[in-house]
Amino acid sequence: MSWDINKDKCVRCAGCVSVCPVSALTFTEQNGIENNPEKCTLCSICSKFCPVGAIKVEKDASKD
Amino acid sequence: MLLKTEYDVIIVGAGPAGSATAKRCAEHGLKVALLEKRQEIGAPKRCGEGLSSRMLDQMNLDIPQNCIRQDIDGCIVVAPNGERAVIDFGKVAGHVVERKMFDKWLAAEASRAGAYVQAKTYVTELIKEEGKVVGVKCNYEGDEFELRAKIVVGADGVESKIGRMAGLNTTNKLVNIDSGFQFEMSNIEIEDPKKIWLFFGTKIAPRGYVWIFPKGDDTANVGVGVGMTDKPARYYLENFVKEYPGLQKGSILEVNSGGIPVGGFLKNMVLDNFAVVGDAAHQVNPIHGGGMKEGTIAGHILGDVINEAIKKNDTSEFALSSYNKIWWEKRGQSLERVQKLREVMEKLSDDDFNSVAGSGISGEDIIEMADGNKLSVLAKALMKNPKLITLAKHLL
Repeated sequence: MSWDINKDKCVRCAGCVSVCPVSALTFTEQNGIENNPEKCTLCSICSKFCPVGAIKVEKDASKD
Repeated sequence: MLLKTEYDVIIVGAGPAGSATAKRCAEHGLKVALLEKRQEIGAPKRCGEGLSSRMLDQMNLDIPQNCIRQDIDGCIVVAPNGERAVIDFGKVAGHVVERKMFDKWLAAEASRAGAYVQAKTYVTELIKEEGKVVGVKCNYEGDEFELRAKIVVGADGVESKIGRMAGLNTTNKLVNIDSGFQFEMSNIEIEDPKKIWLFFGTKIAPRGYVWIFPKGDDTANVGVGVGMTDKPARYYLENFVKEYPGLQKGSILEVNSGGIPVGGFLKNMVLDNFAVVGDAAHQVNPIHGGGMKEGTIAGHILGDVINEAIKKNDTSEFALSSYNKIWWEKRGQSLERVQKLREVMEKLSDDDFNSVAGSGISGEDIIEMADGNKLSVLAKALMKNPKLITLAKHLL
């Protein structure tokens, strides 16, 4: 289970923040995009939206 | 600091919607602060730079020459099969603007009307008392301070953080947001640099289009908006640049990206002492993704409502809800029809699109439809194909 952002790819548009259904993502000038893992449900809407493919969401397959 | 501590209205975000709201409030004699988190208003821009003369009329703006990069006399729509529909007005019908100049000019206009504008001033928190917004905490160059106001307006763009902080649900559903990716390119070849170019096709830009907005003979704003795709917007733009002969040897002067709300208008945009406007309130045309006109018109409406509320000393949610009512009457209803148009267009296969594009719909009709009018023209064209009758009915 993981949520990961490639900060070199991220263009800081913050569109992912606007689509997050649980407000887990935040954007600040200092730190860019950050994810609160306690809120995040790994729904991957943010990665589907991201214009540059900077966000990777993986659900753990090994537990199946 | 030049900022005072008490205002009638604090507007967060100095894009077109924020500046329009600030200007209108200031024209009514209110004490206004317009705060922009970036160090330069208008940069980085969020994609589009096209404005038709009709839009400028509707926005009631007399745009200065130094904001204009190119006068436009028409539009070329390229269907998936490469066939072109050319709309030629034979006169200047719009402009490609320089957003950096345009947004700054709008903010300067707000300041001339009496608003105080300040860049690099970042709102970190809303101050609430008894659950109601009464001001903002901000940060300017590391200095933290508080400002109080009778009304706070969230005009902070698609991210709409301020609205969520206040307690409005401004989250965009994935089905109602497009991803935009855009270059400014130089040393390119544009066959007709007096026209804006729009390229459609499920391979080129699923649920969207690629645009070339010329900014001179060999320079252009080249971008893509896509929705509900497996691949990122960047993939589609880079592919297009690789494939399209006029762009292949071009250089990239600027890279921008962002989310574009294309539907899901908010029934309620206000709370006690609070309102949202512009992209933050999803006020964007769902078919072309343009938000400058909608934000400006909505800002004007909101400024009038705020004035009345403050003059009557009632800034409750109920008092401000006339902004909901007026906006929905003037813009929301039309934009919902445009959303329907978008929902129909995105279901068309490339073949369907080709046949509709070739069916002789006029340029004037296309422009009317993009404003939510005369959708029956498209419905009639779709009805010629029995497979598409259900879709056509969605428009009627």
